[in-house]
Amino acid sequence: MDTCRVKGLTMHHKNETSYEYILDCHDISKSFGGTKALKGVQFRLKKGQVHALIGENGAGKSTLMNIICGLLQPNSGSIKFEGRPYSVSSPVDAINAGIAMIHQELNPQPYLSIAENIFLNREDTFKRSGLLDKRETNRKTQEVLDKFDIRLNPKTHMEHLTIAQMQMIEIVKAVSTNARLVLMDEPTSSLDSEESKRLFRTIRELQGKGVTVVYISHRMDEIFEICDSYSVFRDGMFIDSGNIADITKDEVISLMVGRDVESVFPKTECTIGDVVLKADKLTGTGFKDISFEVRAGEILGIAGLVGSGRSETMRAVFGLDQLKSGRLILDGEEIFINKPRDAIDNGIAMINEDRKEYGLCLFRSIRENISLPGLKTMHKGLFVQRAKERKDCNEISSSLRIKMAGINSEAFSLSGGNQQKVVVAKWLLNKPKVLILDEPTRGVDVGAKAEIHELMGTFAAEGMAILMVSSELPEVMGMSDRILIYHEGSLNGEVSREDILSGKEDQESILRKEFGRR
Amino acid sequence: MEIKRKVLAQRTGKMLSRLHDVDQQDLSLFMKRYGIGFVMLGMFLVLSIASPKFLTVTNISNILTTVSLNGLLAMGMVFVITAGGIDLSIGSMLALGSVTIGLVLNATGSIVLASVAAIAACALFGLINGFIVAKFDMFPFVVTLASMLVIRGVAYVLSGGYSFALVKPEFAQIGLGKLFGIIPFPALIFLTVSIIAFVLLQLSKYGRYVYAVGGNIKSATASGVNVLWTRIGTFVISGVAAGTASIIMTARINAAQPNIGVGYEVDAIAACVIGGTSFSGGVSTIPGTFIGIMIIGLIFNGMNLLGINSYWQIIMKGVLIIAAVLMDKLINRKR
Repeated sequence: MDTCRVKGLTMHHKNETSYEYILDCHDISKSFGGTKALKGVQFRLKKGQVHALIGENGAGKSTLMNIICGLLQPNSGSIKFEGRPYSVSSPVDAINAGIAMIHQELNPQPYLSIAENIFLNREDTFKRSGLLDKRETNRKTQEVLDKFDIRLNPKTHMEHLTIAQMQMIEIVKAVSTNARLVLMDEPTSSLDSEESKRLFRTIRELQGKGVTVVYISHRMDEIFEICDSYSVFRDGMFIDSGNIADITKDEVISLMVGRDVESVFPKTECTIGDVVLKADKLTGTGFKDISFEVRAGEILGIAGLVGSGRSETMRAVFGLDQLKSGRLILDGEEIFINKPRDAIDNGIAMINEDRKEYGLCLFRSIRENISLPGLKTMHKGLFVQRAKERKDCNEISSSLRIKMAGINSEAFSLSGGNQQKVVVAKWLLNKPKVLILDEPTRGVDVGAKAEIHELMGTFAAEGMAILMVSSELPEVMGMSDRILIYHEGSLNGEVSREDILSGKEDQESILRKEFGRR
Repeated sequence: MEIKRKVLAQRTGKMLSRLHDVDQQDLSLFMKRYGIGFVMLGMFLVLSIASPKFLTVTNISNILTTVSLNGLLAMGMVFVITAGGIDLSIGSMLALGSVTIGLVLNATGSIVLASVAAIAACALFGLINGFIVAKFDMFPFVVTLASMLVIRGVAYVLSGGYSFALVKPEFAQIGLGKLFGIIPFPALIFLTVSIIAFVLLQLSKYGRYVYAVGGNIKSATASGVNVLWTRIGTFVISGVAAGTASIIMTARINAAQPNIGVGYEVDAIAACVIGGTSFSGGVSTIPGTFIGIMIIGLIFNGMNLLGINSYWQIIMKGVLIIAAVLMDKLINRKR
């Protein structure tokens, strides 16, 4: 009777394996607060293929991957995996179902051995009289390592491995859990070319074992080398899919950009004055030989892919990171910046891309957040001048139209857009000469976004020099007087507003530069 | 009684709200910060009904005197915890302060010099604590655990391991004397230090930086706050507070002792936590801490008055700490 049931089950199982797509996501939507990250996308994979998921920053790739691997729940839509409905509420569920994700940032247990990492949470497999059987765990690990031709001792601690090796272990772990679908998010972002080649060999081996792979990367060359098929996402929507063999790199880029994204930006034309800040051959971690100048009243847009060195340069200019070499000249005089205080005292302000981490003390009041950088000018002896503080904060909050219960409410009670305005307010009180904005409208709803753009125009008109880093090309193109384009740590071209207005340069040509093409 | 309680609560609420510059609209915020004050008022009410001896000038000044030691320590501790740290070495600092007082007093005969020396010695170790923690970014728990041993050892070395009598009997008056014959000196010192702490933490620029560093150290750095010295400062303040407490303690026992103060850090931390200080830093108030101190004092005093075994006091204190932190967690979860 038991055998019968098992047989029946297996047969039943086999019957269902006749599916066209191993993974079939249908009409998936996901919102975060007011922002729609995914708008009814479809995503289909054929068994045994390496499938590229392509899109700009913020296109919704990572959101979809996080839904598939159980980190996020979709608001609507359905997923089928191996022909059966698939719904998971945690990464453990996903692994049990046969889907594993290799994240861009790996988080291994550094003080456990390779074997212990691979069998973490599955220790019961090798129990001997209730205790862990280390020898058997190591032997089994050796077996899987050999299968992938990885020459490492199972007893080695993870902390001693290179990132490439850790990644290999993650892949081995995925396969050892019998994963039939492996999701890889930017797996080569921290590998050198030799290690990347090694990774590609492993991907091919996976493919040989019938494993399906989703491959997310910003590197076109890699996609065209390793992938069989592709899906393109843009602004949270599914755009196109097909076989890599049927498409060219430039066609992929134009799919990513699209032509229908026409946003109106309230760019105020204003007179551009003298050079305020000049950077001369700045070099630091993640960027090399960056030179630029920005003038009073000018908005200098900075485009590039995430990790191309644009934010890193700005952090160094503001003193959050150290410059290795290069000079900064402010109003004709060289300045030396070692810490943010130096930058602030020189009239440089920076609105960081991560406002929760660098911008706000979430559990302190709006008033305290706004006055913090300028507290030096707001005290008499020991005491904070409360009346002046309250007046200044009230004035600036109402001029920025921050929607709040009052300046004594805690910052976390505000919406994303209003939190961002608080960050703007705190820097504005200091009347900076140079304002650096890193992703000023990330996670901000449409209305607040337009307001922030309008404010940028006002600041420029008042003679501020503005540096704006953004991953959103329409934003960069709509707001900037000039655009610098980063590619892998160096500048790969500059585009002027005239070039854009005259149509000489467009999203496609800029994106091409971001990808290192001319 | 219910009405009386409400009126009382309202009045105290208004008073505190004026004190702390809270707008009317921020009543919920106020409740969150000072909700524990109602627990204190409740205890007050229950005790004044249960024991006729409770609400007398003698008893209240008794409470203030008993809590003054712990109170002083807590007023220093709250700075450290608000900046995201912890100071376990304050118990040992009491001993160091006591020995310093004994040595200086017996050598010079000057009460003022002896007191200043005790505060300076404790402040110096606070500076060392803070420097190691902030400069090398080490865990404050580990650093002050180690310095707790070092400071205790220094106290033993300086005293040769023995407690010794003070040559000036007047020194004991700091612990025994009363202003106008009503307010005991320890209570007076405690109240004064509390007011100074309030000004420093909640009204001064430095206090604002302490909140910023504890609330989000990265954002504080990015806003140009000198994180290093802000953090060091909190440990120095804790040292100064411990030094001041050591003066009272030494005066009360009327001898210099290297073995006093063991475990005193626990009560100071408890007072902060009960008073709404967040262990992750960035959230605290001095009135809240004051209430925390009073609650611990009321448990002690109330149970004595009601004739409850003193062992239960220890249990109650522990339970209350858990309850206070749990309350904080539940409130925070709604965020």
